[in-house]
Amino acid sequence: MQQVLFKISVPVIAVALGLLVGGIIMLTSGYNPLLAYQALFSVLVTEPYFIGETIRQMTPLILSGLAVAFAFRTGLFNIGVEGQLLVGWLASVYVGIAVEGVSAFIHIPLAILAGALAGALWGLVPGYLKARFKVHEVITTIMMNYIALHVTNSIIRTFLLAPGERTGEIQPSASLSSMFLQEMTDFSRLHYGIIVAILGALLMWYLLWKTTTGYELRAVGFNQNASNYAGINVPKNIILSMCISGAFAGVAGAMEGLGTYQYMTINAAFTGVGFDGIAVALLGANSAIGIILAAGLFGGLKIGALNMQAVAQVPPELITIVIALIIFFVASSYLVHWLRNRINKRGKI
Amino acid sequence: MDIMQILGIIIPTAIFAATPLILTALGGVFSERSGVVNIGLEGLMMMGAFVGAVFTFYGETWGFGSLSPWFSFLVAIIIGGVFALLHAVASITFKADQVVSGVALNFLAAGLTIFLVKKIFDAGQTPYLNERIFKSDVPVLSDIPIIGPLLFGSAYVTSYVAIALAIVVWFIIYKTPFGLRLRAVGEHPMAADTMGINVTKMRYVAVMLSGAFAGLGGAVYATSISGNFTHSTIAGQGFMALAAMIFGKWHPLGALGAALFFGLAQSLSITGQQIPVLQDIPYVFLLISPYVLTILALAGFVGRADAPKAIGKPYEKGKR
Repeated sequence: MQQVLFKISVPVIAVALGLLVGGIIMLTSGYNPLLAYQALFSVLVTEPYFIGETIRQMTPLILSGLAVAFAFRTGLFNIGVEGQLLVGWLASVYVGIAVEGVSAFIHIPLAILAGALAGALWGLVPGYLKARFKVHEVITTIMMNYIALHVTNSIIRTFLLAPGERTGEIQPSASLSSMFLQEMTDFSRLHYGIIVAILGALLMWYLLWKTTTGYELRAVGFNQNASNYAGINVPKNIILSMCISGAFAGVAGAMEGLGTYQYMTINAAFTGVGFDGIAVALLGANSAIGIILAAGLFGGLKIGALNMQAVAQVPPELITIVIALIIFFVASSYLVHWLRNRINKRGKI
Repeated sequence: MDIMQILGIIIPTAIFAATPLILTALGGVFSERSGVVNIGLEGLMMMGAFVGAVFTFYGETWGFGSLSPWFSFLVAIIIGGVFALLHAVASITFKADQVVSGVALNFLAAGLTIFLVKKIFDAGQTPYLNERIFKSDVPVLSDIPIIGPLLFGSAYVTSYVAIALAIVVWFIIYKTPFGLRLRAVGEHPMAADTMGINVTKMRYVAVMLSGAFAGLGGAVYATSISGNFTHSTIAGQGFMALAAMIFGKWHPLGALGAALFFGLAQSLSITGQQIPVLQDIPYVFLLISPYVLTILALAGFVGRADAPKAIGKPYEKGKR
């Protein structure tokens, strides 16, 4: 029980500290933090539009968080979610446009699968290089991000260009958007993707904790040498983990393509969803349920920030600062451990 | 178009584009040689570019004239060093995962710079700078036949500063006691500790130096290449510098060479349209070439690159 409480205390303290320091920054730059935070949080419980947008924002965040967490579980750090997301987005939109005359029950899964495959392929490269040549995945995944950005832009520009620097719209049969959900939430862009995201979280939990493959993946994450000694094929598991991680990221991209936008734009810069996934996974302690909660928090902060700007004139970038601070504090959990040890020692003596 | 004309287009642009990368990559060498991964170079560069743009602007209004950019460099070096402290505190003292802490630093810089720009200028970007670093001919040297115009004609002073600094950093890391300690801390911190080297202090200094260099790199970018600061001014140059450092095998002169090479690759994507053979290569291949090459280099196709041994590991006294 104490263990569980402690595990929960790290993210909770981190969030509280992040919001606190964010408030101090607001105060010193002449804004009213109380008014700002009130504006931020109140709409998230009262306004259907903001609730809908928050859930929409959560969808890719959950999936990119799952992608980062899955790799973490195997002892790998996937910073390439951003790139995997972009190729997944493009692949799903391509299938959404090119395949015609099939029912939604075939078209949607097909398009999502295409996104997952593209993401997996993008994860395969760093995974293979790590397994075969011991190349550190952090650098290769960053490089793969830039390659994805330029390659997807180039493919759109050469083959799929429509007016407005983007691809054409996907077929209605591939769309996840729903008039019902939109009307219910005051015409936010909420779509059915959230169901896919939650299924994704379930899948990750099941894969990791209920299958032999999952056991092996986690074992490799704990100790590669011991796993090797126990007869687990370490390189195979590294590659597999990066592929599955990439597949989650690819599906996150598919949610943007099939749900929120119905097309893909030429991106001048990264979407940021992939990097936010790192924050989500960290705060969610790499567990399925934690990731859903963390995605809810970050999604809410990002959407609520718009109202914060409208009411208290605070630039929404403040929320990026708060998120960064939360990551710092979660990463520095040693600080919390150290404090606890000190208190424990004092209590005994 | 003869070969001299082609080189006359490519080489000066390559050196120009490489300058901020060289400076930032040198910062990376310091940090990583001490055993601290610094993914935060991107954020540090962003901070530097922000400071460079803001203080050049204020330098103009305060009447510093053409010295304004140089004044901003000084501020960027200081702010960069101080900003890097966050990474140092988290990753060294609080033993946070260095990659995570670096990622957080990038986030923080992205949020903080735009937050401050909006606060100060009430707009999403700084005004355009009048006093920038401009091209100039180096007297005498630019009159040398053939190489004179290529290397010393219409060049930027900052480029020479960066190249000179690379040599200085090489000297510091390989020829001074400080450099020896720095490398010892990065290779085998416990042995270094046994020899009486303060591991924590060395790492703090190294990370702050990386911030100072990356800050300068960012400021040079703002005052010579972009001319103002927006959210998209620094978009990947920090990661590119990181790649240059790795491609250069964690060696200052290697990093210099790699940065120049990446500068060349970048300049080809800019000047490629004017050059015969390159016109036929799809633009995207030129754009992705630095990243693909880095991956190939890491995979060992360009020669083995060995990172400092203790990289990425927090040092705990007495733990084996």
